[in-house]
Amino acid sequence: MKNLKMSIAAMLLLTLSFTNAQEKEKMNHNHGDMKMDGMKMNMEKMNPAAEAVLADYFMLKDALVGDDTKKAAQAGTKLMASLKAFDTKSYTKEEQKELADIIADATEHAEHIAESAIDHQREHFKTLSKDITDMVAITGTKNTLYEQFCPMYDKGSAWLSTSDQVRNPYYGSKMLKCGKVKKTIN
Amino acid sequence: MKKALKIIGIILLVALVVLQFFPTERNISTTVPETDFMLVNDVPDQIKNKLQVSCYDCHSNNTAYPWYNKVQPVAWFLEDHVKEGKAELNFNEWDSLSNRRKASKLKSMISQIENDEMPLASYTIIHRNAVLSDSEKQDIINFLTELKNKL
Repeated sequence: MKNLKMSIAAMLLLTLSFTNAQEKEKMNHNHGDMKMDGMKMNMEKMNPAAEAVLADYFMLKDALVGDDTKKAAQAGTKLMASLKAFDTKSYTKEEQKELADIIADATEHAEHIAESAIDHQREHFKTLSKDITDMVAITGTKNTLYEQFCPMYDKGSAWLSTSDQVRNPYYGSKMLKCGKVKKTIN
Repeated sequence: MKKALKIIGIILLVALVVLQFFPTERNISTTVPETDFMLVNDVPDQIKNKLQVSCYDCHSNNTAYPWYNKVQPVAWFLEDHVKEGKAELNFNEWDSLSNRRKASKLKSMISQIENDEMPLASYTIIHRNAVLSDSEKQDIINFLTELKNKL
């Protein structure tokens, strides 16, 4: 009787561990697929996570161009979320380290932008712009971007735009067209 | 009417006494980690002293606690500030930051001091020796700017 109990228990354990192993294999398989996708996207310079970050950055930039503190704060909150969702697994070790650093820094600026007055938002936007520019240098992007530069704000400050027309996010309506295109990306 | 006021007064007093039995977590550390701002940077003594007195209470692992900081509800109020302050910037952990993060932090420190946003007015109102004079501000800003340019 005791023997029977033991063997039933052993059988149960065996089946359990077997199904478990199968599950694991399945999971590994999925994981492999995801990695492949990531690599393909990287090759096509179309990382949806990076594009999402860029979209929020441009929403923020436009809000600052329009002197709209509230909208800029909202964009800051959105940017925090898209930065958090950025999975860097498909990049090399070195790029991952750099991206993690960029994301940490950018997140902090986005946080401050989400809860500050417009002067402060613009201050943080300056460093944020550098972070995003460095991110694009690694991830690439599907669109042509223009790095623009205003020599007056804080001893010279840059930002990114999807248009070659200059609309200054640091001064807004005060000096809307101050600045020039410094570099074309893509 | 008079009696009611007296009762309210007594209740408040009792509440204040009871409050004292809910201690806060003290922000005290006896060791200074190798990553400390003062240890990894060559900081002139005068600036070192000023940063210690005006900034380290909220921006390091070690707060100086005069008696009034141990009394509730002041201690609670302070505890919140310390928590927030350390999350924003912890001088003790300076060297664990990348150059990118350091540059960001230095930029924020400079602008906060320039605009008189730090040290907080609610803090300097009690800690009079934490107030920065105009020349002290300029010295600190110059030093931090130089540090930022060297990164």
